[in-house]
Amino acid sequence: MAIKNKKLNLKDKYQYLTRDMAWEPTYQKKKDIFPDEDFEGIKITDWSQWEDPFRLTMDAYWKYQAEKEKKLYAIFDAFAQNNGHQNISDARYVNALKLFLTGVSPLEHAAFQGYARVGRQFSGAGARVACQMQAIDELRHSQTQQHAMSHYNKHFNGLHDAAHMHDRVWFLSVPKSFFDDARSAGPFEFLTAISFSFEYVLTNLLFVPFMSGAAYNGDMATVTFGFSAQSDEARHMTLGLEVIKFILEQHEDNVPIVQRWIDKWFWRGFRLLSLVGMMMDYMLPNKVMSWAEAWEVYYEQNGGALFKDLERYGIRPPKYQDIANDAKHHVSHQAWSTFYQYSHATNFHTWMPEKEEMDWLSQKYPDTFDRYYRPRFEHWAKEHAEGRRFYNNTLPQLCQVCQIPTIFTEKDDPTMLSHRQIVHEGERFHFCSDGCCDIFKNEPEKYVQAWLPVHQIYQGNCEGSDVETVVSKYYHINIGEDNFEYIGSPDHKRWLSIKGKSSDAKDAKGESADQDAA
Amino acid sequence: MSQLVFIAFQDNDNARYLVEAIAEDNPEAEVQHQPAMIRIQAEKRLVINRETMEEKLGRDWDVQEMLIDVISIGGNVDEDDDHFILQWT
Repeated sequence: MAIKNKKLNLKDKYQYLTRDMAWEPTYQKKKDIFPDEDFEGIKITDWSQWEDPFRLTMDAYWKYQAEKEKKLYAIFDAFAQNNGHQNISDARYVNALKLFLTGVSPLEHAAFQGYARVGRQFSGAGARVACQMQAIDELRHSQTQQHAMSHYNKHFNGLHDAAHMHDRVWFLSVPKSFFDDARSAGPFEFLTAISFSFEYVLTNLLFVPFMSGAAYNGDMATVTFGFSAQSDEARHMTLGLEVIKFILEQHEDNVPIVQRWIDKWFWRGFRLLSLVGMMMDYMLPNKVMSWAEAWEVYYEQNGGALFKDLERYGIRPPKYQDIANDAKHHVSHQAWSTFYQYSHATNFHTWMPEKEEMDWLSQKYPDTFDRYYRPRFEHWAKEHAEGRRFYNNTLPQLCQVCQIPTIFTEKDDPTMLSHRQIVHEGERFHFCSDGCCDIFKNEPEKYVQAWLPVHQIYQGNCEGSDVETVVSKYYHINIGEDNFEYIGSPDHKRWLSIKGKSSDAKDAKGESADQDAA
Repeated sequence: MSQLVFIAFQDNDNARYLVEAIAEDNPEAEVQHQPAMIRIQAEKRLVINRETMEEKLGRDWDVQEMLIDVISIGGNVDEDDDHFILQWT
C-alpha cells in the first residue's frame, strides 16, 4: 500500500528546522558562549517561551525572497530601458532621493551589521533565526536601494559618493549617530531600539506614505524598492513586537528597563523622522498626504493601538509623546527652513514652495502654516527673486544627543526656540529638548563622546575651518553642481532640456550653478 | 479609543485577490486605495483565510505567499497553515 507523503504542518516544520537544529552545549559553559546576554540587567528565565508568529524557515525564506528580487529587478530594468527618470513629475523630486541614498540606505547596512552581531548574542534559537533573516534582509535593502539610485546617478548630481558622505556630512551625522548609538548598546536594547521603536513604531512613516508618494511622482524604481523592502518589514515588525512581549513576560524587573528604552528610542526616532516630514511636505511635487496626517494615522492611531495593547504589561506610551504629537504641525516646516538656509553645505538642492504648494500647506496646516511659516517663505522667495537668495553662513549649535541643530520650538510657544543645557563634570552640554536632555542624563559617559560636526570643524578635524573647504574637500560635495538653490542649478537646466523647454543645456551635468550668495 | 489593526499591500494583480478575500471574510473592514498601495483596516481583528484565497485563485495557495505582496501590518500576528490573523488583545 502506498503511503501518502504527508506534509508537515507549518508549526512542526518550523520546530524541526529551527529549535531542533540548535543544541545544548556540553563542553563550554553557556555563559561563555553568550557573554552579553545578561549584562544589561534583562532577566530571561525561559527561552522556550519565545513564540514565532511568522514561522518562516530558511527554505521558504529563499523561495519568497528570490521571487521578490525577480519582480524588483524586472521593474528596475524596465525603468532604465524606458529612461524612467524622464517621466517623473519634476526633477526637484530627485533631491528627496539624494537625501534617501545618503541618509537612509547606509542605515540599512548599519542594521545588517547590528542584526548579524546581536543574532550571535542570544542563547534562544528562535531569536537567533529571526535576527539572521533580518540581517540578510537589511543587506538586500541596502543593495537594492543603491541599484535603484544608480540610474538617477547617471543623470543627476549629488548621488556620487553616498558612503563617504554618510561618515562626514553634518546632517548625516543625525541618522548615523542614531544607529551608532543602537549598535553600541547591549543586544536587548538594540532590539528595542531598532526592531521595536524604529521598525514597529516608526518605519511605516518612512516607507509607506513616502513610497506611495514616489509612485505618485512617477518614480517606479523607488516605490518598488521601497515596497519590496517594506514587505520584509512585516516580518521585522512582528519580531519587534514579539521581542518586547517576550522580554516583558520573562520577569517583572525587565519592565522599567524596557520602558526607559522605549522612551529613549521613541524620542530619538521621532527626531530622526524630521527629515521624512520635510521630504513628504516639501520634496514631493505631487503630494499624497501631509506629514501631520501621516503622523496621525501611523503614530497616533496605530501606535495608540499598540501601546494600549502593551498596557497589560505595565508599559505606558513613550514619555514626551504629547510634545511629538503637537510638533507634527511644525517639524517639516522647521526642518525645510533649515535645509533651505544651509543648502550650500548639502549634496542636494532646495527651493521655496510654489504658490499652489503654499496653499496646500495652508490647507493641511491651518493653525500654523500661514501664521508662522508662510510669511518667512514669502520673504525668502522675494529676496531670491531680487537676486538675494538667502544662505546662512553661520555654523549652528547642535544637540549633543540627536545632533540636529537646535531648530525646534517649545510646545506652547512656536516663536521660542527649545534649548536645554546642563553642566556635566565641568563641561556645558546643549540639547534641543527635554527628551534629548533626559537621554544624556541617563548615560552621560556615552554621549560626551558624540562626534558633533560643528565641534569637529572648529577643532580643525575636517580638513579646513571655512565652509567651502569642508564642503568640497572633506565632504566631496561638488560646489556649484550638487548644492545651492534648485532654480538655475545644472539639474534644473538639464530637466528643462529634457522637457524641451530650453536649448542651452544639452549637457548641464557639470556646468556651474547659480552661486549668487556663495 | 478604537484599536485598529491594519494591513497594506502593493496594488498589483496578486494583491487584488487578497483584498477581495479579506473584504469577503471581514465585512466590517475598511479598504483604502492610495497611490500604488491598498490599505485595509478593521477594529481589533483581520483574518486572511487560505480557503477563500484558493477559491479566488482556483489553485493551491500557501498562507506565506502573502509575504510577497504585503507592505506593512499593525497588530499581533498569528499564522498557521490555514489563516493569517492580525489582532489586538
